[in-house]
Amino acid sequence: MVSEHPPSPSPHPSSGPPAAAGVPGRVPAASPAPAAGPAPALELRGLWRRFGDKIAVAGVDLTIPAGSFYGLVGPNGAGKTTTLSMATGLLRPDHGTVLVQGVDLWAHPDVVKRGLGVLPDGVRLFDRLTGAQLITYAGLLQGLDRPTVEARTRDLLAAMDLTADASTLVVDYSAGMTKKVALACALVHAPRLLVLDEPFEAVDPVSAANIREILARYVAGGGTVVVSSHVMDLVQRMCDHVAVIAGGHVLAAGTVDEVRAGRSLEERFVELVGGRVTGEGLEWLGTSSV
Amino acid sequence: MVGHLVRLKLTLLRNGLRRSVWQVLGLVVAALYGLGVLVLAGAGLVALSLQDAALRETVLVLLGSALVLGWWVVPLVAFGVDATLDPRRFVTFGVPRRDLLVGLTLAGLVGVPGVVTALLAVGTAAVWWREPLAALAGLVGGLLALAACVVGARASTAALAGVIGRRRVREVVAVLAVLLLAMTGPIISGLTDGVAALGTGGLGRVVDALAWTPLGAGWAVAPAVVAGDAGAAVLRLLVALATVALAYLVWDRALTRTLVQPASASHEVKARGLGWFARFPATQSGAIAARAATYWVRDPRYAMAVAIVPVLPLVMVVSGAGDLVLVAGPLTGMLVGWSVSADVAYDGTAFWTHVAAPLRGVVDRCGRVVVAGALGALATVVVTVATAAWADALAHLPALLGAGLGLLLTALGAASVVSAMVVYPVQQPGDNPFSTKQGTSAVAFTSQLVGGTAVFVLTLPATVLAVLAVVQGSAAFGWAALVVGVLLGAALLVAGVVLGGRLLDRGAPELLARMRSFP
Repeated sequence: MVSEHPPSPSPHPSSGPPAAAGVPGRVPAASPAPAAGPAPALELRGLWRRFGDKIAVAGVDLTIPAGSFYGLVGPNGAGKTTTLSMATGLLRPDHGTVLVQGVDLWAHPDVVKRGLGVLPDGVRLFDRLTGAQLITYAGLLQGLDRPTVEARTRDLLAAMDLTADASTLVVDYSAGMTKKVALACALVHAPRLLVLDEPFEAVDPVSAANIREILARYVAGGGTVVVSSHVMDLVQRMCDHVAVIAGGHVLAAGTVDEVRAGRSLEERFVELVGGRVTGEGLEWLGTSSV
Repeated sequence: MVGHLVRLKLTLLRNGLRRSVWQVLGLVVAALYGLGVLVLAGAGLVALSLQDAALRETVLVLLGSALVLGWWVVPLVAFGVDATLDPRRFVTFGVPRRDLLVGLTLAGLVGVPGVVTALLAVGTAAVWWREPLAALAGLVGGLLALAACVVGARASTAALAGVIGRRRVREVVAVLAVLLLAMTGPIISGLTDGVAALGTGGLGRVVDALAWTPLGAGWAVAPAVVAGDAGAAVLRLLVALATVALAYLVWDRALTRTLVQPASASHEVKARGLGWFARFPATQSGAIAARAATYWVRDPRYAMAVAIVPVLPLVMVVSGAGDLVLVAGPLTGMLVGWSVSADVAYDGTAFWTHVAAPLRGVVDRCGRVVVAGALGALATVVVTVATAAWADALAHLPALLGAGLGLLLTALGAASVVSAMVVYPVQQPGDNPFSTKQGTSAVAFTSQLVGGTAVFVLTLPATVLAVLAVVQGSAAFGWAALVVGVLLGAALLVAGVVLGGRLLDRGAPELLARMRSFP
C-alpha cells in the first residue's frame, strides 16, 4: 500500500559525490536487498549536509530493514543528529534521498510524517504546557480524533510513569522526565517507524528498562526503531542491527553480530573510529599528590 | 588576571563578529551612533568650557547625574547587562574575587556605551582647562563617576537578579519592566514640567543637592576647586569614592549569594485538566489555537502584549493628550495584531513539533491567528469604545472601529507572512530578563520596520477615511472607514495567511535549522 515508488533494485549506487567512496575501514553495508520483499522501513541514499565550511554528513547510505531495532553509534560530532534530522524531515539535505517504506520523505512530507515518530535531541518542547497537554497537542497535530488522543495520552502517561505529574508544566520536569514525555509524544500516533535521538540520556535506570521493554514490544509487533546512542553496551544488548558513523561517513553497518565480528561492540567501535589515546604524557597526573 | 578578562571579552567580541555579518552591521550602526553622540557632546563640552564656572557646574552635574542614573537603571528595564562574561561561568576557576570584579568592570567598558562614557568622563576634565588644578580634580572626579557608572550597573543588576531567582517572580518583573518603560514618556514630561516650574534659582538648588549625592559628587569636585572651597572638594571626592566602594560591596555580596545559592527551581505549577485543549475543536488548527491561547496566558512574553493594552490609553490620559487619546483604540489593534510577528521565533526550537507533524502551513497560520485575532478584536473594541466615551466622541465610533479593526486584521496578515519568513534570537522563556541577546538584532529590526511600514501603507484607505471622518465630523466617511477597514483587512488577512502558509510549506525546516544554530 505504501510503494508509490517501486523499490530501487540497487540500494547503494555510487552516485553520491566522489568523496563518499573509499573511506578507510569501510565494511560493506547491509547485504543487497532481496529483489522482492517489503520495502525497507527507512532508506537513506547519499545524504550530504554542510553547515558553513563544515561538512557534517558526507554521503551517508543506510538501509534499515522493516521490523529491525537499529542502533546508530558514533563519537561526538559524528553527524548522528544531523543524519537523523534529515531522515525525519526536520533538516533538508543538500543532496540525497530519504525513503520511508519506499516513499520519498522530502517529496511527500505530509504522507510520510503520519507514519513517523520522532524524538530529536537538543531541542526545546512547548514546555509551558502540562505533560498531558503536550501529548494531547502532539496527537492532535498528527490528526487523531479526541477520544483516541485522550485514551492514548492516559496510557502513555501511565507507561512512562508520569501519571502523577500529568498536570505539572513540562518546564518544571527533570531532564529524564522531559525525555520521557517527548518519547510519549513520538509514540502517540502509533507510527510504523520510530526515530529516537539519544532517548536514554538522563533517564533513570528503571525508566530506561521500562522504555526498552516498550520499544522491544513495539518491534515485536512489526514496528521499526532507530536509536542513536553513545552507550555501546546498551546498543549491543538492545539492537539487532547497528551502524557506526564517524566524520559524516558510515564506517560499518549490518547486524550487530556482523559488525562486531566476534568482539565486543565497544572494541570494534574503537578500532573503526580510531582516535584512542593512551595515557602517555600525563604521567604527572598520577604522581602529583601524596 | 584582569588583563585576561579584558582580552577574553575582546576575543568574544571578535568571534561574535566572525559569526555573522549582521553582528558586524549592528556594531557599525551602534558605533556610528556612539560617534554621533561623542561629536555632539564634544562640541557641547567645548562650548561649555567658554562659559562661566556656575553654568559649567550646573550643566555638568545635571547631565552627569543623569548619565550615572542611566547606567544604574536602564539595564534593569531595557537592554540588560552584557551576559557574555557572566560571573557564574568563572565559578570553577580559582579566580580571586577582587581580580574578577576589577576585570569584569574594565571588560564592561569594552563596547560602544562603555567607550563613549569613558571618553566623555575624561573629556569633562577639559572643560576646566583654564584652571589646571580644577582640571586635575575634574579628571579624578570623572574617572570616579565612570567607575560609579559601570560598577553601579553591575551592582544593581546583580542585587536584583538575586532577588528574582524564581521563575514566576522573574516573569512578573519582566512584565513590570516593560510597563515602566511604557510610562517613561509621562515620567519624563513630568520631570521637565517640574524643572521648568523650579526656574533658574530652583535649578541651582537641585544642582547643589545633586553635588552631594552619589550621582553627582564625582562631577562636582572640580567646581568646588574652582570656587576655592577645598573642604567641599575633598568631601565630594569622598562621597564619590564611597559610592564606588559601596556599589562594589553590593555587587560582591550579591555575587556571593548567587554563586553559593544558584537560582533554584521554583515551586511547580499545576494546571488541572486539559485547559484550552478541551475547549477548542479537536483538529490540527484547534490544537494550535489551544496551545497559543495557553501561551498567551502562561508565557510572559505574550502576557506582556496583553498587559500593555490597558496601559496605553491610561498613559495617554495621564500625559494629557486630550482628544489624541482616540488614537489608543486603533493603536491597540495594531499592537495586538503585530505581536504575533515573531511567533515562530518565540516557539524557538520547540517549533520542531510542527515540522515533524503532517501539517500544512496554512493550518499552522490559522491556528495562531485565531487566538490573537479574538483577543485583538476584543481589546480593540473595548479600548475604542472606552476612549471614545471618555473623550465624549461616541459619534466617531464607526471611523475609529474601522481604523482599529483594519489595522488589527492587516497586522495579523502581515505578521503571518513575516513570522514565516524570518526568525531571530529572542528571549527564551526562563532566560535572565536582564541579559541581552547577542546579535542578529539587525534582522529583527529590519523585519519589524519593513513589516510595520507595510501594515501602515496597506491600511491607509481605512485610516485616511477615518481621519477625514473625525476631522470633518462626517458620519458617511466614518461608516465608509468601517466597511473599508473590515473588508480590506479581512482580504489582506486571508492573503497573509495563505502566503505565510506557502512560505512555511517551503521553508519550515530552514526556519528550524536557523533556530537550532542560534547560541
